[in-house]
Amino acid sequence: MRFAVLQFPGSNCDQDCVHVLRNVLGQDAGFLWHKEESIGNVDAVVVPGGFSYGDYLRTGSIAQFSPVMNAVKAFAKDDGLVIGICNGFQILCETGLLPGALVRNRSLQFRCEHVHLKVPTTDSPFTREVPEGKVLRVPIAHGEGCYFADEKILAKLQANQQILFQYTTEAGELTDDANPNGSLLNIAGICNEGRNICGMMPHPERASEDILGEDDGRLVFESMLRHLEARAGLGQAALTEV
Amino acid sequence: MKAKIVITPKKAVLDPQGKTVQAALEQMGYEGVKDVHVGKYLEIELEGDAEAWRPRIDEACHKLLSNPVIEDYHFTIE
Repeated sequence: MRFAVLQFPGSNCDQDCVHVLRNVLGQDAGFLWHKEESIGNVDAVVVPGGFSYGDYLRTGSIAQFSPVMNAVKAFAKDDGLVIGICNGFQILCETGLLPGALVRNRSLQFRCEHVHLKVPTTDSPFTREVPEGKVLRVPIAHGEGCYFADEKILAKLQANQQILFQYTTEAGELTDDANPNGSLLNIAGICNEGRNICGMMPHPERASEDILGEDDGRLVFESMLRHLEARAGLGQAALTEV
Repeated sequence: MKAKIVITPKKAVLDPQGKTVQAALEQMGYEGVKDVHVGKYLEIELEGDAEAWRPRIDEACHKLLSNPVIEDYHFTIE
């Protein structure tokens, strides 16, 4: 499968994402500069972490107007698979592809540590390979990761099972102590209503290899891959029938 | 002519900066501080007609300068 990893001035997790997709999962992954107006023929887009445009004004606020984001919006609207990690999540919220916003951590501190994540639903292209009930261990590194949305949006996220990752204890309990940034409902990651766009603050690309001590993050990329393969398989089957 | 724009966090949004500043003011002995909100202030130098600018500045505030999910804004042009 072909993955495009976006690069904005200030992106700094782009290399890690391409490394995991290429060298760990053996996929065709390339960088895509933010000035590009087309994303080409790809199966999925990764909006990586970092500090696009120096986080000026608000995190992700300037990046939403980069030329490449118009192409990403069109791709997403056409059911293309898009994942935003950390700053990528902030950009997708600012762009309006995902509901809500990410604000300054409750502690005012930049939090750089490992967290535990509960996966409330495996019914998404980003969590389908996560074994039922498994609690993931993945690092975070952010200063503005506190998820905020009004009550109406939160109710909708819950009703549609759009909450994909929540901060928990190691045992998978939703507690305030396990919440590193003050996110409402301990939200660490969500998807849109169409379930093809995901945003998450934790960094799965930093936990995708045994050599790094953990590989729970790989499940997110493997989920995307299996989803794409299944979709391609269906397409192939439909062609054969004709 | 300048547009002067003030952006503040919505009341429902957690404002840890405001709370921290409030605590510091109280620590310094300033009694009666009820609430503190930390926001942003922007000045944009403009040329042309103030009335014509008003809806354009409002649009810019809505689209870029503030995030309506978490922030309120108001501005003057003078």
